[in-house]
Amino acid sequence: MSIRTRMMWQAAAGVALLGGFALTAAQAQESVKIGLIVPMTGGQASTGQQINNAIKLYMQKNGDTVAGKKIEIILKDDAALPDNTKRLAQELIVNDKVNVIAGFGVTPAALAAAPLATQAKIPEVVMAAGTSIITERSPYIVRTSFTLAQSSTIIGDWAAKNGIKKVATLTSDYAPGNDALNFFKEHFTAGGGQIVEEVKVPLANPDFAPFLQRMKDSKPDAVFVFVPAGQGGNFMKQYAERGLDKSGIKVIGPGDVMDDDLLNNMGDAALGAVTAHLYSAAHPSAMNKEFVASYKKAFGSRPGFMAVSGYDGIHLIYEAIKKSGGKVDGDSLIAAMKGMAWESPRGPISIDPETRDIVQNIYIREVKKVDGELYNIEFATFENVKDPGKTKK
Amino acid sequence: MTVSETLRSQVGTFAVARGRWHWPEAVFWGLAVACVFLFPNRYLILTEIAWLALFALSLDLILGYAGIVSLGHAAFFGFGGYAAGLLALHHIVDEPVLALIVAGLAAMALGFVTSFLVMRGSDLTRLMVTLGIALLLRELANRFSNITGGSDGLQGIEMAPILGTWSFDIFGKVGFIYCLCVLFVLFLLARRIVHSPFGLSLRAIRNNPLRASAIGIPVNRRLIAIYTIAAFFAGVAGALSTQTTALASLDGFAFDRSADLMLVLIIGGTGYLYGGLIGAVIFKLLQELFSTLTPQYWQFWIGLVLVVIVLIGRERMHRWALYLPNLVMRRFGAKAPIVLPEGDAT
Amino acid sequence: MTLLTILFDGVAYGMLLFVLACGLAVTLGLMNFVNLAHGAFAMTGGYVCAVLVNRSGLPFFAALPIAFLVSAAVGALLERTLYRHLYARSHLDQVLFTIGLVFMSVTATDYFMGSSQTFIKLPDYLQGQIDIFGLGVGRYRLMIIVICGLLTIALQMILSKTRFGSRLRAAVDDPRAASGLGINVPQVFALTFAFGCGLAGMGGALGAEILGLDPYFPLKFMIYFLIVVTVGGSSSITGPFLASLLLGIGDVAGKYYVPKLGAFVIYTMMIVILIWRPNGLFGRTNAR
Repeated sequence: MSIRTRMMWQAAAGVALLGGFALTAAQAQESVKIGLIVPMTGGQASTGQQINNAIKLYMQKNGDTVAGKKIEIILKDDAALPDNTKRLAQELIVNDKVNVIAGFGVTPAALAAAPLATQAKIPEVVMAAGTSIITERSPYIVRTSFTLAQSSTIIGDWAAKNGIKKVATLTSDYAPGNDALNFFKEHFTAGGGQIVEEVKVPLANPDFAPFLQRMKDSKPDAVFVFVPAGQGGNFMKQYAERGLDKSGIKVIGPGDVMDDDLLNNMGDAALGAVTAHLYSAAHPSAMNKEFVASYKKAFGSRPGFMAVSGYDGIHLIYEAIKKSGGKVDGDSLIAAMKGMAWESPRGPISIDPETRDIVQNIYIREVKKVDGELYNIEFATFENVKDPGKTKK
Repeated sequence: MTVSETLRSQVGTFAVARGRWHWPEAVFWGLAVACVFLFPNRYLILTEIAWLALFALSLDLILGYAGIVSLGHAAFFGFGGYAAGLLALHHIVDEPVLALIVAGLAAMALGFVTSFLVMRGSDLTRLMVTLGIALLLRELANRFSNITGGSDGLQGIEMAPILGTWSFDIFGKVGFIYCLCVLFVLFLLARRIVHSPFGLSLRAIRNNPLRASAIGIPVNRRLIAIYTIAAFFAGVAGALSTQTTALASLDGFAFDRSADLMLVLIIGGTGYLYGGLIGAVIFKLLQELFSTLTPQYWQFWIGLVLVVIVLIGRERMHRWALYLPNLVMRRFGAKAPIVLPEGDAT
Repeated sequence: MTLLTILFDGVAYGMLLFVLACGLAVTLGLMNFVNLAHGAFAMTGGYVCAVLVNRSGLPFFAALPIAFLVSAAVGALLERTLYRHLYARSHLDQVLFTIGLVFMSVTATDYFMGSSQTFIKLPDYLQGQIDIFGLGVGRYRLMIIVICGLLTIALQMILSKTRFGSRLRAAVDDPRAASGLGINVPQVFALTFAFGCGLAGMGGALGAEILGLDPYFPLKFMIYFLIVVTVGGSSSITGPFLASLLLGIGDVAGKYYVPKLGAFVIYTMMIVILIWRPNGLFGRTNAR
């Protein structure tokens, strides 16, 4: 008897399954569709939210029609899990018939979607993930964020030239962390510097205390840091707590650690940190001032580099549609995107026609207090930096 | 002598009756097959449901039938996934079905080795030991990034056609049919196992280990056996996920995966095999529905649903869900239906 | 010298873990309720403290007790309205329910506070290090040790010396007999639950500086709380306390001396201890 009811339950569930899909069936429409796949939940959520915010902001300012086509954004949350990304990308391409897929918070997500972009001949605009190899995985990938090599090699060169002899490194133990470390090491040691201590921190790491103690014991001139977005603040606070700032040990690194999103809340501990990065909210240009002000007004916080990457990403898509005269097939769009150059809130940037990767200025910045708020103040510029991860080959 | 023989025959009849096929089961599988034709746009999520269902089935084998709670079942999922990925990537075993079996066996070996660690202690201890094992494996996979690709995951996997005939397509049709077939075959296997004397002895152990050992059931050996078998199922689920997405990543081992799995199984109900399958359908559909409606805040609504499910009570929900079918059944002269017995381990 | 610093850091870390987790030890060990949403109460405390200090400019030490009270009040409210219906239910139901609560709290926090890390602005006198006989001692960590140490002593006193403590122990040992003796068991449980939540809230506020504070706090640290409680054994307060210290020191020392194995330390310790003593270091032999 009980078996029978149990079976009924199974049949009922089957019916529910049928009903559920009927509800979410998609319809095709005449417009340009952009599938935006970013992490909106989970540990990487702030990346996705910044990108999403920036795109909303851009579309508010510039309208949602380009070359007679209505732009439609379909937002999907992949929680930074590559198998999700792949499924969502595939569904967007097959069911929603999107013209462009964009976003991609982490490298594995961007890589997971790459074969689909190739197969479907659809541009994949990478707005966050930063490993060099990404753009090599498909002729349809364009990147508007950055590569880790860009900032890490330059901070390495800069450190070697500016009186820093001994460096201890603290990097998160995952692919981007290792990338940052290797590029930095290569350029820093080539410039005559010496690595005195090398520590890899587990990714899920609540307390930096023991690692910082090791840094302190090795008595370097500076500590090179790369930790994922979000952990930077904790690192800086504990760095100051341990008195490393007082013992004259500088913090250097790629600018991810000093993301504008978090910087102001880190407190004075962050003062004096020198980082190399693509964007600072304090970048002295009229365009950036306007961008920061309107972003702050709309979302109540300062835009970080992820927001700028998203902003530039949607700009690139808009311009490509304009340039191709409303042709939105993948090949026309990619052709239009190649070599495109424009002025972004971060400064002048362009898309390398050969690698489809971003070419941009990398700024060396120091954290200073301006009007009671902490900012990364740019004091040196390396112009038109291509991705060193590729030019090396 | 005669008494025990009657008893034996009675138990036998009962077990056979339970093991017999019933028409609603046919309806269930019929609907599953119908999905192939009804939803040509949704093969990908259907595929996910299929391997999640298999994964949940695996947890049901140990939780619902043997009473072993685990919060680290993802260990086998991830292990199977990486095994399948590496086999395909290095062209060791190209044929997917064969690779699937090899990956399952690899996870099975892991299950056998680790089973000795979960034999002792209370539920909480088991939860934490299994969880610890999964997390350790995740760290190991991260450490040996030259083999596993670290946090970038295994990239560049290309799947050979199944049995040399059907290759995976972008719409995921072949992938889904493949997953469904594997799910069905393994379901049959699981069904056979739980209705065998071995399966019955597991239930005895779950209900009272002390009494079970008193009547001569080798408790530990049986538990090790089912844990190992469940590891095989989970490994195959992981391998299916890798083969259909051509990806293997560290997330395979993640705590969230084990925790979600637990939710899936509890929603569907433990101890009757279909619980995992139904739970997978409901959980994925809810997730899909909410995350389409609100990509940023869907977790809130999932959470709310979970809370409401518990507050209303799962048994009552099951009764409601059965109300209409029961009505129909009464029309056709069936005897009065009764409530669904829950085989929950507590 | 370094050894002492490591020891000090480890103790501070362990103490913090203890304050965060002891509420869970109480609900799990004494009331036999699996409350995976424990971290949500810690997060509540953390955010209350952050809002009070950063936006209203309240002094840190004034905000701490408020964080305690607010978390305790939220805990009491939820206990009265939701949790108490679930004491008699199966563990699986409890898991489902509390995970649901975690999901809701995570998203709600994301909605109201944003998904970025939040920091609590500390007064200057809590920042940096002081020198004690040449030993660099972090002021903040010193404060954590002092506060958590006092709390632990108070907790132990309440449990063993006060009337409430003996009622609680009676209610736990045998709820039916206890209520027969005129003890209002539901009330005792409610108070205990609220107190545990309050402690977690305070832990969350104290820990924001070291562990970080973002909407995913309850999910990220759920594992750590569970580790402390399982390793310590959930039948007393001493067990989790010693386990926290052991894990804290072990984790910090392990990461300092063998950083290459940093991530493995805490999990390996847990597995080894649990295999050696399945009911935790200080558990009763027949723990539930």
